[in-house]
Amino acid sequence: MSDLLSARAQMGTSLAFHIIFALVGIGMPLMMVVAERKWYDTGDEIYHELAQRWARGTAILFAVGAVSGTVLSFELGLLWPGFMRQAGGIIGMPFSLEGFAFFTEAIFLGIYLYGWERISPRAHIIAGLLVAVSGAASGIFVVIANAWMNTPSGFRIVNGAITDVDPIAAMRNPAALSQTIHMTLAAYASTGLAVAGIHAFLLLRDSSNAFHRRALTIALLVGGPAAVLQPLSGDLAARQVARYQPAKLAAMEALFATEQGAPLVLGGWPDIEQHTTRAAIRIPYGLSLLAFHDPHATVRGLDAIPEDEWPNVPVVHWNFQLMVALGSYMALVVFLAAVAAGRREAGGGKREAGGGKREAGGGKREAGGGKREAGGGKREAGGGKREAGGGKREAGGGKREARGGKRGVSGIADQKWLLRAIVVAGPMGFLATEAGWMTTEFGRQPWVIYGVLRTRDAVSPMPGLVVPFVVFTLLYCFLGWVVGWLLYRQILHSPKISEQVWANVTVGKGEEGRGKGTA
Amino acid sequence: MISLPDILAGVIVVALNAYVLLAGADFGGGVWDLLARGPRRDAQREVIAEAIGPVWEANHVWLILALVVLFTAFPPVFAELGTRLHIPFALVLIGIVLRGSAFAFRSYGGEPSGVQLRWGHVFAIASAVTPLLLGTALGAIAAGRLGEAGSGNGNGFVAVYVRPWLAPFPISVGILAIACFSLLAAVYLTLESDERALQEDFARRALAAQGVVIVCGLAALGLARSASPQLAQGLLKASSAVLVQGLAALAALIVLVALVRRRFTIARIAAAVEASLILWGWALGQYPYILPPDWTIDGAAAPAATLELLLGALAVGAVVLFPSLLYLFRVFKAKTMSDAVP
Repeated sequence: MSDLLSARAQMGTSLAFHIIFALVGIGMPLMMVVAERKWYDTGDEIYHELAQRWARGTAILFAVGAVSGTVLSFELGLLWPGFMRQAGGIIGMPFSLEGFAFFTEAIFLGIYLYGWERISPRAHIIAGLLVAVSGAASGIFVVIANAWMNTPSGFRIVNGAITDVDPIAAMRNPAALSQTIHMTLAAYASTGLAVAGIHAFLLLRDSSNAFHRRALTIALLVGGPAAVLQPLSGDLAARQVARYQPAKLAAMEALFATEQGAPLVLGGWPDIEQHTTRAAIRIPYGLSLLAFHDPHATVRGLDAIPEDEWPNVPVVHWNFQLMVALGSYMALVVFLAAVAAGRREAGGGKREAGGGKREAGGGKREAGGGKREAGGGKREAGGGKREAGGGKREAGGGKREARGGKRGVSGIADQKWLLRAIVVAGPMGFLATEAGWMTTEFGRQPWVIYGVLRTRDAVSPMPGLVVPFVVFTLLYCFLGWVVGWLLYRQILHSPKISEQVWANVTVGKGEEGRGKGTA
Repeated sequence: MISLPDILAGVIVVALNAYVLLAGADFGGGVWDLLARGPRRDAQREVIAEAIGPVWEANHVWLILALVVLFTAFPPVFAELGTRLHIPFALVLIGIVLRGSAFAFRSYGGEPSGVQLRWGHVFAIASAVTPLLLGTALGAIAAGRLGEAGSGNGNGFVAVYVRPWLAPFPISVGILAIACFSLLAAVYLTLESDERALQEDFARRALAAQGVVIVCGLAALGLARSASPQLAQGLLKASSAVLVQGLAALAALIVLVALVRRRFTIARIAAAVEASLILWGWALGQYPYILPPDWTIDGAAAPAATLELLLGALAVGAVVLFPSLLYLFRVFKAKTMSDAVP
């Protein structure tokens, strides 16, 4: 394994590991604050328990995210000194701002976790909100720095040297807006649907559990709108890539020849030798329409780019297709859940038995739908408008649901086929995010700063980089295993409270719940 | 005349200073967790965990702040350090990862059990090893053994990537760092418990740590002579550095007296001053170099536009940061600041 490959593998592993925790660090605090707010509003002790559990989960994941983030900031220098020498002065700014956002997040998370009994409810919920906001802000700053690597701006190169550095212009690089929107939505969608998936799974075993019903509602409220809006932001990002990163777009779409009215290439095997993509489904004019919103637009293919500047086409193409397929499935499931929640509310309470019977057939249909989705790939962008409408409706449904208490969610929780569909969607957000990062990072190669600095010129001169790669990979495997085990324990010990039993419980139980939170 | 780069280099030292006083004490807490002995062993560990719990993550961020200011304002120095100190920094990272996650897992892993205890050991050992390596890295920087002109002793892997830091002077600085952090932790911990016997435990530990600090400090000064004439010149001749070191010695004396007389509040303040002065003694000792002998602060600085913006961002950030930090410490450390228990 060459040093360059080792360094890339180590950075990639570190990022792939950290991203999961970054996503959760953005999404979880919002859910825990919503649960706490509902506890104050309704006095329902289950929401209190929920807020505390999610806070504990956040604590574990934030701790691992904080240290794996530290590893990354060091690795910029340990693995890519050539990059930092050039880029530090230009994009250090967003990293510094990220430092402050991270600081705020850590401070208020400490206050939130350990302050249940030390500060007023109002101060406590504000602390939680600040965690949520600063978590999102730090994600945004880091993604701005990454966007700069894709579409560098804010400097000039004169005789090979960088001059006229303008850090603000660098932060306002062309990719910054679309990438930050796409990633922030990804955080809410992934976390929301992952948590929804877990509680949907537990509801399948114990469908009247009041704890999981409430958890499912909040998770869908946080993740749902983002999942439905994500295809739209994907469209924005793709059009931006088409304009500023032609090589990446060509690889994403496995488009070898520059074409006017280019087709959309779904699936298939990109054959680098023959410069063609075999066994793919081609939708005429599809790519021109999506990338430039004009069926006759010219799309630059890989033939417009020197072959030594090509990214790894199959890797980029397949990761992109995977991301789109997973994202489309998530948007569809959320859309169906919103419809179910809305219909249930309109129709009143008697559908339970029918829902139960339909479940078996629904399950099969669901599996078939999943396949169609994977093959169907990019339908999502075309259906964008319809989905945006769905998003609004779902947000409206959400509001009604919050007011109506238990009624809205029972439309989802009592339909087993829908719960199954949500379980399947659970891990998809994380997978889609990973695939999206693979797409954008592999798609930029061989450059670390697109068109300016090649990755091979940025790597550390230290020999034997395979050693840190192996060591850190083992460390991450170990950490991942332990985190999984801890979360599994947290989830396994879920309270067994059915809706009916809960209705009879008196308020006196609250004290016990409070005691647990500080353990 | 103080230049813009000087100010930003100063900000890095300030961030490191905060890291030493806050995160340093958390590391030191891990050392005392490792060395917990006697009839009150579990009580000691409990006080340590309670003291660290709410604040350690915020304390850790000071290192990130120092790092991002370094790579924004002095990119070539960051690149050089990342290359030459790859090995100790990678080990530091492993320590940070294990320590942070071990602490979280111990806190959230459920009932006390064998597994919890093992996490406790991971936490404690990582707490001891990490400052040793961080101090060693700092020592290697101070000794001027990194960089083109600095290495100057062969081209092999060991000569370039190992020997600059695996040498007597850097290691003495590493041990000094652990001793300092342990001193800070023990002195702080005297005020974290209301129980007399525990206070006595930590006071005795603080005295022992202070002894090690003094021995290591003198040893490091002695070794500095042979390690780098330039550093010795800076540490022992430059008037500002000598003054700072004199004050550090005075603070050390006050710590000893205050500890013997069990005046813990005074001991706490004096120990913080002592540790800070040791750090500033190093910084002033190598001024105007940021990475001797290749890079001066001015020579390594990023373009002025970047520095100005960074300084502005730091000022705005400070407006958000300091009230938040104050609030954090008021919520959790009010008890130890005064007797008013919330």
